[in-house]
Amino acid sequence: MSYINPQFRHPCSNTNEIGCTRKDYEGVISTLCAGCGHDSITAAVVQACFELSIKPHTVAKISGIGCSSKTPAYFLSQSHGFNSVHGRMPSIATGANLANRDMIYLGISGDGDTASIGIGQFVHIARRNLNMLYMVENNGCYGLTKGQDSATADVGSAAKGGIPNEFAPVDLVSMALDLGASFVARGFSGDKEQLVPLIKAGLSHKGFAFLDIISPCVTFNNTPGSTKSYAHMREHMEMTGKVDFVPEEAEIKVDYKPGEMTDITLHDGAHIRLNKLGDDYDPQNRRGALAAEEKAKEKGEILTGLLFVDPESHDLHDVLGTTTKHPLRNLDEKTLCPGAKALEAINETSR
Amino acid sequence: MKPTDIKDPEYFHKVVDCQYACPAHTPVPEYIRLIAAGKYTEAFMVNWESNVFPGILGRTCDRPCEPACRRGRLKDTEDEEPVAICRLKRVCADHKGDVKSLMPPIPQKKNGKRVAFIGAGPASLTVMRDLMPLGYDCILYDDQKKGGGMMRSQIPSFRLPDEVLAEEVNYVLDMGVETHFETRVDSMKEILDQNYDAIFVGTGAPRGGDLPKLPGRQEGDANIHIGIDWLASVAFEHTKKIGKKVLVLGGGNTAMDCCRTSRRLGGDDVRIVVRSPAKTMKASPWEIEDAKGEDIPMFENHVPKEFKIENGKLTGMIFELVEAVYDDNGKRTLVPTGEPDVLMECDDVLIAIGQDNAFPWIERDLGLEFGKWDLPVLDKETFQSTLPHVFFGGDSAFGPENIITAVAHGHQAAISIDRFCSGENVTDRLPPTVNLMSQKMGVHEWAYDNDISNDDRFIVPHADKKKALKDIKLEVELGFNEQQALDEAMRCLNCDAQTVFTEDKCIECDACVDICPTNCITFTTTGEEDDLRTRLTAPAENKEQDLYISGGLPNKTNRVMVKDEDVCLHCGLCAERCPTAAWDMQKFLYNVTKTYNEKGPQLTPETLKERRKDEAA
Repeated sequence: MSYINPQFRHPCSNTNEIGCTRKDYEGVISTLCAGCGHDSITAAVVQACFELSIKPHTVAKISGIGCSSKTPAYFLSQSHGFNSVHGRMPSIATGANLANRDMIYLGISGDGDTASIGIGQFVHIARRNLNMLYMVENNGCYGLTKGQDSATADVGSAAKGGIPNEFAPVDLVSMALDLGASFVARGFSGDKEQLVPLIKAGLSHKGFAFLDIISPCVTFNNTPGSTKSYAHMREHMEMTGKVDFVPEEAEIKVDYKPGEMTDITLHDGAHIRLNKLGDDYDPQNRRGALAAEEKAKEKGEILTGLLFVDPESHDLHDVLGTTTKHPLRNLDEKTLCPGAKALEAINETSR
Repeated sequence: MKPTDIKDPEYFHKVVDCQYACPAHTPVPEYIRLIAAGKYTEAFMVNWESNVFPGILGRTCDRPCEPACRRGRLKDTEDEEPVAICRLKRVCADHKGDVKSLMPPIPQKKNGKRVAFIGAGPASLTVMRDLMPLGYDCILYDDQKKGGGMMRSQIPSFRLPDEVLAEEVNYVLDMGVETHFETRVDSMKEILDQNYDAIFVGTGAPRGGDLPKLPGRQEGDANIHIGIDWLASVAFEHTKKIGKKVLVLGGGNTAMDCCRTSRRLGGDDVRIVVRSPAKTMKASPWEIEDAKGEDIPMFENHVPKEFKIENGKLTGMIFELVEAVYDDNGKRTLVPTGEPDVLMECDDVLIAIGQDNAFPWIERDLGLEFGKWDLPVLDKETFQSTLPHVFFGGDSAFGPENIITAVAHGHQAAISIDRFCSGENVTDRLPPTVNLMSQKMGVHEWAYDNDISNDDRFIVPHADKKKALKDIKLEVELGFNEQQALDEAMRCLNCDAQTVFTEDKCIECDACVDICPTNCITFTTTGEEDDLRTRLTAPAENKEQDLYISGGLPNKTNRVMVKDEDVCLHCGLCAERCPTAAWDMQKFLYNVTKTYNEKGPQLTPETLKERRKDEAA
């Protein structure tokens, strides 16, 4: 057996702004099936974090159960991580975020973890606008248990078993839009040109960023009858526009004619650029996004790219008005034990 | 760009950088794996089959393979050094078992063809080795006492012990060569008159460069020596001493051998003096290192001006100081700096400033034409001269090169001689033999060990310096022991395990792109090479290394697979992560065709094993 990742890298490997190489964002070697779309997503996360010059120790990667939820082992091995209970990633993420708002929260989930056992948690984290990037590695089947149809399998889609699915699918993108998620996008594991900027934008967005990624299961759901296969995705992918992510410092070099591009400034000064491809698409119109998603589904297309973003949204801390701007672990003894007088004052309010 | 034609044997051959760089195209990774497996005998035979002198070359080769080694282009925490290929070759010679029984049998019944050889150096020995098993009668003439040619006369015994040299020379001579040692051939005509079916000339480049016009050269002659002649005289024990202060002129490997030999014959203050900057010296870096290690200083930019003679005896040399100036075309001139001349006192001077061919013994009215620089006019591939039954090889063919080049010439000349003597067209030659074999053993298991070592290059231990400098016969390099050999062998990347791509199977899942540690693989639209090189996952700036390009992929994406061969680790991860086995690791074995391949089976470890089994039964 050779689960070996050689130490050597390309001699021209460059370093990012904080002096890290791409290797510093990698994890252990994947044990998923050869050709799994999830491994491409892993590579896209590595690429995005490298390009954003994120300090690995400022990231907390949190996942549930499933093939997708194994992947945090394969990237950012110098980050914090929590492999939680099936479908309970949102609770852990919420708790962690409330305790320490300074971390970058990266939630990794799958279609089973989110659309079935964890759907109750998913709807609430979306409506609470927790500041995190929530990625669903969506392959339309339960790969770890031999490929049964999942809740996101389309009607008529047939996996390796050969029997078409008869139940209506859960459309996580529509749900997230409807529930008030402040950033909604869809990507495809086989298209990193689009996926990497989406991950970068999602990581930079303040609020709940939801990213649905179609990620073919090569072992069980890459069949000719499947709507989540590499071939089907390539034939039926429709894009809202070509996404560019421009960090705050970067100079704007390319000139676009007015009307060809939408430029959205995020809270930290970075930009998301959407270069329009066809119909006028306004990524800041929630109802328009829902309509576009419906329209695409009617035509049998899969709408990808940035669907909706509200750069001015208020995240859970803003809404709750949490008092301290610092992580709880940074509170000093004096703040944590304000003394008998303070206790007396609190007790007084209840008398 | 057009899709790569992997059926062209040269495509994958070029990927095996070491083998491609070797003039004799020795299958380097193949024998390194055998060494790692402790199969020294088999490793020796792989070498012997292709370069005839494993033990000799394992000590003295110019190692063109090492600068070519892919490992030298990698980077871990710091720059990597190539695998110590040359010293591993020595390991198989040092640790081998019985090899004689594995060598081809010599037919009792001869084929009736007689071939004369002039000169007993590596080129002649190679031709004889390739012809004897076919039943030729080989008749050898040499003016030295024993066989080996320049390997005997010019390489000092502290680098190449006599036993090693004799052993490997004798593997050839013992095949039944008729030898005439201490027989100087003074006339080609006399040889021609003896009606040999073919004649091979392997007389080397025997004339050492001199400084005949320098003032004092005649008067000081008793203490001024030509480097290669002096080394020969030391080798045959005519010269056993030299003065305390010695100047060696020249910066090539002969100069290094001269100064190190001088240190062992009484030279206390031995200096190397070169005309040009030290960094342009022609000697191999490791030979320069070894000379420095024996306290031999080097003086650069010193142009010899005059031998200083007092009372009819050499007492020193005067040098003019210069600096190298390069014009716009990169052409160098040595311009005097105007500083006062330098006088270096000395007892002896050794001149090692190059060597030339010399054929005073070949009459010029025989129909054997000579061209530029008084070199014979030869066909570059067949080594045939303008006298159809006379062939040349080694340094005597195209000027001074090295042992491994002489061996490469020898194999080709042998084919020419065999075809000539069989009445076949000499230019009609067979292509190399090539084999591609899948290495897949299981999902994550290959027939080769892809868990390569991250260690730095291991250094070969040396004998104690004090002892070495006292005994000219004591070999300086001790060679790797078995553990060191294994450790060094595990640094080899197995570049002959080729990444073979079958485009029809590819589903473009990107798994190979994602896993490749050195970012060699890209899926993109095709284009012209210069444009493609700018669009790859990692920069592909080394244009000496090819791009491997597939045909159109079956997925209607309008893309092709492009792999930059430059820093591929041959780790097999692309193939392990490929769900459809579009990638496979296949061992590429390339063998230069030899005389006996044209008529019989090839000498490989497998065929040798078969033969042993037969013999045991």
